[in-house]
Order: sequence, then structure tokens, then C-alpha cells
Amino acid sequence: MAENTGTMTANTSQNVHEHEHENHSFFGFWMYLMSDCIVFGCLFTSYAVLRNQFAGGPTSKEMFELSRVAIETALLLTSSLTFGFAMLQARHNSKNGTLLWMVVSAILGLGFLILEIQEFIAFVQHGASPTVSAYWSAFFTLVGTHGLHVTLGLIWMIVLMIQLVTKGLNKKMMPRLACMSLFWHFLDIVWICVFSFVYLLSMA
Amino acid sequence: MSESTRHRMKKLLPKITLSVVGLTSTLMLGGCNLVLFDPKGPIGQSEKHLIMMCAGAMLCIVIPVILATLFVVRRYRASNKNATYSPKWDFSLPIEICMWGIPMCLIAFLAYQTFVSCHELDPYKPIAAPADNPNVKPINVQVVALNWKWLFIYPEYGIASVNQLVVPVNTPIAFRLTSDATMNSFWIPQLGSQVYVMAGMQTQLHLLANSQGDYLGESNNYSGTGYSDMKFRTLVKDDKGFQDWIEKVRASSQELNNDTYAKLHEDSIKNPVEYYAHVEPVLFDTIIAKYNNGMVMDKATGQMIHISSNQSGEMKHAEE
Amino acid sequence: MLGKLSLSAIPYHVPILVGTFIGVVIVGLAVLGAITYFGKWGVLFRNWLFSVDHKRIGIMYIVLALVMLFRGFADAIMMRLQQAMAYNSPGYLPPSHYDQIFTAHGTIMIFFMAMAFMQGLFNLIVPLQIGARDVAFPFINSLSFWLTTAGAILVNISLFIGDFSTAGWLAYPPVSELQFSPGVGVDYYIWAVQISGIGTLLTAVNFITTVVKMRAPGMTWMRIPVFTWTVIASCIMIFTTFPALTVAVAELALDRYCGMHFFTNDGGGNVMLYLNLIWAWGHPEVYILVIPAFGVFSEVVPVFCRKPLFGYATMVYASLAITTLSLLVWVHHFFTMGAGANVNTFFGIMTMIIAIPTGVKVFNWLFTMYRGRIEFTAPMYWTIGFMIVFVIGGMTGVMLAIPASDFVLHNSEFLVAHFHNTIIGGVYFGYVAGMNFWAPKVTGFKMSQKLGKAAFLFWFFGFFLSFIPLYITGFDGMVRRLNHYDNPNWHFWLQIACVGVFCILCGVVCQLLQIFLGILNAKKPENVDVTGDPWGGRSLEWSTSSPAPAYNFAHIPVVQSRDAFAYNKEHGIDTRRTDEPYQDILMPKNTSAGFWHGMFALVLGFAAVWHIWWLVIVTVILNLVLAIGYSFKEDKEYVIPSSEVERIEKEHSRKLMTQVAE
Repeated sequence: MAENTGTMTANTSQNVHEHEHENHSFFGFWMYLMSDCIVFGCLFTSYAVLRNQFAGGPTSKEMFELSRVAIETALLLTSSLTFGFAMLQARHNSKNGTLLWMVVSAILGLGFLILEIQEFIAFVQHGASPTVSAYWSAFFTLVGTHGLHVTLGLIWMIVLMIQLVTKGLNKKMMPRLACMSLFWHFLDIVWICVFSFVYLLSMA
Repeated sequence: MSESTRHRMKKLLPKITLSVVGLTSTLMLGGCNLVLFDPKGPIGQSEKHLIMMCAGAMLCIVIPVILATLFVVRRYRASNKNATYSPKWDFSLPIEICMWGIPMCLIAFLAYQTFVSCHELDPYKPIAAPADNPNVKPINVQVVALNWKWLFIYPEYGIASVNQLVVPVNTPIAFRLTSDATMNSFWIPQLGSQVYVMAGMQTQLHLLANSQGDYLGESNNYSGTGYSDMKFRTLVKDDKGFQDWIEKVRASSQELNNDTYAKLHEDSIKNPVEYYAHVEPVLFDTIIAKYNNGMVMDKATGQMIHISSNQSGEMKHAEE
Repeated sequence: MLGKLSLSAIPYHVPILVGTFIGVVIVGLAVLGAITYFGKWGVLFRNWLFSVDHKRIGIMYIVLALVMLFRGFADAIMMRLQQAMAYNSPGYLPPSHYDQIFTAHGTIMIFFMAMAFMQGLFNLIVPLQIGARDVAFPFINSLSFWLTTAGAILVNISLFIGDFSTAGWLAYPPVSELQFSPGVGVDYYIWAVQISGIGTLLTAVNFITTVVKMRAPGMTWMRIPVFTWTVIASCIMIFTTFPALTVAVAELALDRYCGMHFFTNDGGGNVMLYLNLIWAWGHPEVYILVIPAFGVFSEVVPVFCRKPLFGYATMVYASLAITTLSLLVWVHHFFTMGAGANVNTFFGIMTMIIAIPTGVKVFNWLFTMYRGRIEFTAPMYWTIGFMIVFVIGGMTGVMLAIPASDFVLHNSEFLVAHFHNTIIGGVYFGYVAGMNFWAPKVTGFKMSQKLGKAAFLFWFFGFFLSFIPLYITGFDGMVRRLNHYDNPNWHFWLQIACVGVFCILCGVVCQLLQIFLGILNAKKPENVDVTGDPWGGRSLEWSTSSPAPAYNFAHIPVVQSRDAFAYNKEHGIDTRRTDEPYQDILMPKNTSAGFWHGMFALVLGFAAVWHIWWLVIVTVILNLVLAIGYSFKEDKEYVIPSSEVERIEKEHSRKLMTQVAE
């Protein structure tokens, strides 16, 4: 009986190979994301430990502008939503629909990034650079790491769009899109934590 | 390997192992001349007893396990056809219960000892005056780790010394410690506990020496090139000897103020013993405050306050 | 153009280094010359350096580990000599040099010897043991290897260009900050650790996916061989704790490169933040290393006792218990920071609790031997030696875990003796046992058992000679990392320790001979492993030929029991299913991408150490382009035709028949 099962597995192994592989990347990517999550956990810990270490320099309360952060948040959350639409289109096998929503997501993400860079420049111009105190070191590292992830996410998204155009919505593209979507939503969750623990708590 | 040599080897191996283990444990436990087994204060004595007791409790299991291993290895060698062979046996509930239970009991015992000793020997806990000297007041010493030397400030006497710590016998010593350079650990092995010494932070340590003598003090956290020479002598004297020493320091021509401190602060290796007849009273707090944006902990309230509001204005200009 | 790099960075005025450099050049030229002479360059690159075959990557990991062992051990000899000589004298090494040596010794032994060795064993055995044809992500596997290698090369470059860190193997600030270490040493450390750390993290992701997703049909969780279980445990710890290392070291780098204030004395930095982060990785790290060694012993003991492992389930639960507990004990590395008694009590007791599952494991091995038929092969020698050495290390570990006794034992030579007791007695003995045990599977020949046993005896007694004196000097108040001292009692013991290290040297020489003679005599009939099952193995890796074919298993084996291969042998089931028709097998193609990623990372690290910013930008772009380019590649697999599979399998069956006939 058991041997029969084995024969069957061997016979179909080639057919299921592709499918198995997709499964693997999705699972592996989950593992990686958990690890990345711990990276952010450590950065949040550093931030929490150093949250009052202004060393006589500017404080967060003096610097933060909630309106800008609110727009940033809106952009990133919407981008996550539109990427969801892109995935829906991909499931319905619509290449153009997928592309369209991905372009929208990328533009929103880029908007977030530009606002964030503007914010950083404004902080530095007002004397809150990462070298003035431990607080600002931790702030720039935490928020900057998130920004770096968004940047890499955008590059990845552009690569996927090119692949969509050149190769079409084939079997290999689906798991890649799924991983990308996972990554993009993950960055959203991290941002919500940044928004609450860094910005809102400082204003409270 | 021929059969005979193999056999000889098998006989020899347990013997050599046993003698190594036996010899070393005798050396380790019987070595009364080892400083940790020759403590000169109650903290060190308690720690010695703790180590001996816990090691002893564990050896009660460790030695039988080693012996059992050697026995089993010898008895169940493939060539010994007389030994029982149970090729299928891979589980036994009673044995499982024992193998989890025995270590658990041992750890429970050690955990209890840990809880008690941790609270008893907390370095932050002040030490009561000893029975034979009930009216004695603790002596305060402020310790500053510099690259690569130790500065000892005696706030009650307004004096300071470098690389030489002198304390009266049978008197609780209350150390407050900080660093004005790298991180170090302050340790006098024969008196007991050590504690880290870090810039911008203040740690505490309470020790007591119950016999006169000259003990080694050292840094126990690597701090750079001069680390190996970051040592000091701890002289434990009777009251008269201690008073004499105070007078000797007071007779020194050196004073510790901003200028001389800046000079002392420069890196030096094997710094000779130095005495300072007078020390600015807020020097220690100023050193901590330097790394905390001028803030220091108020002794009365535990709140962080600005150094200038804590002290009379004389050292205010000391901050950079 | 070259940043901080100039001719003055080359230490041509230090005779020891010049000598070493000449030696390395001669050996290097000899190796390169030999490869050219025999015309093996093509083979070397195509079949090895660009390989994605887990077995070849595994071998390369172990070669890397042995080379690094040699380097790290040379450091050890130099340190022992210095301490034996430096009584009332400066010895022969000034602190600036000696401090680099102890830092390099720790860094190399943990990151590039032990971690590489461990990942080598993962690679060699895990896919074979679970009946898979490769790991889940073969390309990422090659990438991991090359990132680890890039880190190792970077550390060794520091020997000849600039200098290495003097701040200890964990680079504690503030000594490692720019203020106290203005040179490039700490930067070498930072980049080497970061680059290899990414490699290790990818390995963990890869192997968890492999074990979770690619087990042979029928291999339920409680039928997984114990070694594979310990690999799961180790990988879980890697991917939960390596991020902490990455963050700690990255923040240190930001302090040094960008003038930030995470751990500086000024600007509100906090040293204890670094200590917490680094030990949140550092303590689990020792379990990451030792648990797979426990797995090796759990494979070795049943095979050579001719008996199943006693208490399999207990073994699995104990491994998982250690995994969980290891994440909750890091504070025991700094009880002396002045935390409150309650904090210390908590972490002290948590630490001791780990001794329970560890102790259970020792009892399990003991009861596996009990009523067995023990064969004294080299792997078994290492195992028995481990059981004796490791219980002592465990005991001294618990002594250090009691905060109040740690107050006098912390950072002393006692600590040094303790962790060598567990790392040598546990990790190293385990990995070498594994190497002796699995060598025939990987290479097709057995290594000399005689030399293996001799190596063990030298290591075993050398260990006691080297480290018992350190326990004693620790009790005598000697602190670690001393360059010189003036205590005559310490001098006596340190001389004995120096004798010990030369005893271990004999062991290392025996091991090298064992490998060298093994290769030389590989074809001798008494060494060749014809059957693929030289020891009477119990798990699936022994069911295939030695060395295993590229596809590992022509038919994916079916598992019906724990110790699957032993069960099949006993019930007369043909694990290879030779009577069934063979099929085409799809295997991953070799690729140079991993190699080039590693090389670019190496150049990136080197450029960053010396602040050659244009080169940093170039290598970052090259890495990105390479990664994107690889994602466009289509045909990453090739087919082994069924006829070829059949030919290889028939050949192996023929050999098996002749073996039986003899």
C-alpha cells in the first residue's frame, strides 16, 4: 500500500515539480519576512531605549509635523490597497489590469518616498541630523530602514512589471507577484507601527 | 590496531580519564591558596561557600554520570558477548521519568540557592556593620575608571588616590563607580563581587574586608591597550593605619582640580600611585554629568537634575 | 581614489606577518600551479565553485571550515605561547598585536570555522536524510556559501592589509567605537560578520523550507531523523536571532561611519543596548552550534551500538525546549552590570533550566549504549569523549549561571575554560564525529580509523591539559585577555596550558593526515565504500550509493517507520525500488551567479573598510544588476534522462551484488 503511494508520487513528480517550487518560494519568503520582522523589532527596541536621549539637541516634539506624516501614511496604505487590486487582476488572468494597478501602487509608493525624503531633509536643515543625539540616530535608522525597504520594493516592482510585459502572466510570475504583495503589505504593517510608536507617541 | 593493543587501550582509557578527573578536582577544590578560596571578607566568603556547595551538588550527579559512561562503554563493548543485548529496546517510562526528574530536582535546589544568594549578595545592598564593630559607619569611596588606571575619591575626607585603594578593616565600604573612558569591571577577587564601570552611568558595590592585608584589584573587562596593567593594590589597614594614610595623602602637594584632572585623564599605562590632598567635591558627579548633558541623579529623590542645581556653583564651569 | 588605503597599510615591518605572507603566497602559488598543470581550472569552476549541488557545497563548506580552523588554531598557539612567556615580561607579542589575535581567534572560530562546518554538515546530510534530491533553493544555497566565504576572506585580508579589530570577538563598545579604535580593524570585523551573517540567515531559511516541504512521502514529523530535527531547531534559532546580530553590528557601523550615537559615550548613546542586542544573538548562537552536534551524536550512537536511539521523542522535545529557552537567557552574560536581584534571579534560573533537557540528552545516549553492542570506531571515540568532557562543561556553565557566583567568576579564565569546554567538547567533537561518520557517504571512501582515534586521544587529553589550568587560574583571580602578568602561580599553570595546546596540535596534524591519506588511498579496496552503507546505517542517507549520485535517489524513498532504512533492511523492503521503471529527473543547473555575488560582496566589504566610496557604489550596482539579471533567466534546470538514471542505478546494483557474492 505504502509502496503504491510512493510509485504514484514518483510518477507525478515531474508534473508537480513546478507547483512545488512555487510553494517553496512562498514559504521561504514567509520565513525571510519573519526574520525581517525581527530586524524591525530590534530597531524599535533601540528606538525605545534611546527615546529620551536628545543630548540637549532638538526634541521629536519640536520637529514632527503630523500632517505630512498623515499624508505619507495615506499614500502607503492606499498603495497597499491598489496592489491588492493588482493581485486580483492577476488571479483573473488580466495582464493589463495587473500592470495598471501595479503602476498606480508604484506611483503611490514613490510619493511616500519623496515625502519621507523631504521630511528628512527638513529635519536635518532644522538641526535634527542623525549625528546630534542618540534619539535622532535611532529615529533616522528605524524610519530610514523602512524607507530603504520601500525603495527596494519599488525596484522589485519595476522589475516585475518589465517581466510582466516581456514574459506575460505565466505560471512563474504568479508566485513572484504573491511574494511581492506579501512584502508590500508587510511594509505597510511596519509603517503602522512606526506611525503609532514613533510619531503619535512622541506627540502625546 | 591489533586486538591486544585495542584491548589495552580500552583498559587504559578509563583509568587515564579517571585519574585526570580525580587529580583536577582535588586540585580545584583543595586549592586553598587559590584566591577565590581564600576570601578576606563576608561577601567573598559567602560566594566561596555558594560555589563549593553548588559544585558539590552537581558533582553528585556529574561524577556518577562519567563513571556510568565509562562502565557502560566497557561492559557493552561488542566483543563482550556475555553482556545482555537488547536490540529493540528504545523506551522505558520509569527511566524517562528519572532522567527528567533527577536534573529537575537538582536544578530546583540550585534555583532556590540562586534566589536566596541573589538577594543576599546583591552588590547594591548595603552591608550591615559587623558584630565586632557595631558602631562603625560605612566608608564611601567613589571610583572612576580612566584609561588605564583607577581613581579613588574619598568624599568624606576630600582626598583622592590613583591605583591604590586603602580601606579600614571591618568597615563596610560603599563604592559608587563610573568611567570617564572605556567600560571596565571593578574587581578585588579576595573581597568578592565585581561590578561593571561605564561612562555616564553610576553603578554601586558594597564590600567589607575583615582582615588586614594587601590584595590585588583589577579590571575585568577588556578596555584597550593598557588593560593588562590596569591593576591596583587594595590595602586593608586598622583604624590607626588608615588615619595615618589619610594624613599622608593630605600631606601631598597635589590637588585634583580641572587642570590636574584633565592631565590625569590622558591615556597612561602603569600609572604610578598618586595622592591628591584635595578634590573638588562635585568631581564625581561632574564626570557622570559630562555624558548626560549636565544631568545627574539627585541622591535624595532619585530624580535626574541638572548638576548646577545640585551643587554649590563652584564646579559649574567644569562642564564642556 | 583609494580612500584611506595607502602603502603604509601593509605591515611589511612586522616579521611574523611577512613570514606568514610569504608562506601563504608559496602555498597559494603551489595550489594554483598544480591546478594549471593538471588542467583542472574548467572542472574546478564548472563542477565545484559554480555548483548548486548540496553535496559539493557541503564539501566546500567543510574545506573552508578546515582552512579557517588552521588559521584560528595558529592564533590559539600564539596566544598560549604569549601567556606562557609573559610572566614579569612583555612576552613576544605587544598588546596591539596580541589583542588582534584573540579577537581574530574568536571571530574566526565561531563565524568561519564552527558555522561553516555546521552548514557543511547540514548540506551534506539533510537532503539525503529526508529523501530529497536537493535543497529547496539550490541557488540560494550557493549564494550562502559564497557570502560566508567572502566574510572569511575579508578577515584574512586584514592580516596583510591594515589590521584586524582589537576589541574582542563581540566588539563591545565603547572600545570598538571610533573614539577608541580609530583604525580599520573594527570595520573589517563589521563587514566580515555582516556579509557572512546574511549567508547564514539564508541557509536557515533554505533548510527550514527544505525540511518542512521536501520530506519523502511517509516521513511524518515524529519519523524525522534526530539530526534533521536538530537542524530544524538550529535553523529556527538562526532566523530568530541573527537579525539581532545584524542590527547590533549595523548600528555600530552607523556610529563609526556616519557619526551616530547608538553606543558612544557621548550624545546619549547606551553601551548596554549593544550588549543586550549582541547577546540576544550570542547566547542562542552557542546552541545553534551545539544542537546539531547533539544531532550527530544521536545518529552515531545507535548505529555503533546496534540499537535504536533510546527515547527518540524525549530527544526531540529536549531539542525544542533548548531552542525556546535559549532565547530567554541572554542577560546571564552581564549579571555584573548592576541589574536588580530579581532580574538576575530570573535569568539565572532560566539558564539553569536549560541544563535539564541537556542532561536528559546525555542520559538518552547513555541508555542507548546500555545493552548495546558497542563498536569502537572513530566517531564513537569522539562521542564517548564528548560525554565525559561535556558534562564537566555543563557543570561549570551552571556555576556561571548562578549570579552570585558569577560575580567572582565572570570574565575570568574560568569563563574561558568553560566555553572552550563546551565548544571543543560539544561542538567540535560533534562535528568531527560527524565528519568521520559521513565521510564515506560523501566521498566514497572511509578515512583511516586509526588516525581518527589518535587525533581524538590528542584532542581529548590536550583539552584537559589546556583548559583545566585555566579553570584553576580563574579560581586564582586571573582575568581573561591578559597580555602579561606578574603572578608566579598563574605562570606555572599557563605553561602547562601551553603544553596542552601543542598536544592538540598533534591532534590537528593527525586529522589533516587522516584526510590527506584518505584521499591518497581512496581507491584501496579496504577503504572503498562499495555498498553505500559502510556502518550498517539506520537512516535514508545510507540507502543510496556512496558517493551519492547527483539526483540522490532515483526513486524517492517511501518511509514507513522511524529509522526508515533500518526498518526496510529488516523487513526485506528494497528502499531503492530497483524493479520499477526509471524516469527523467529534473535537476537545477549550476550557475556562476552565487559566486559572483560573493565576490562583489567581498569587494564591497573591502572598499567600505577603506572608504573607497566609488567602488562601494559600483559593487552595490553590480550586485543589484546581477540579481535582477538572474531573475530574468529562464532555463535554470536540466534533465537527467531516464536511460542515464537507469545506467547509474544498474551499475550500483551490480556492485552491490558482487559485494554480496564475496
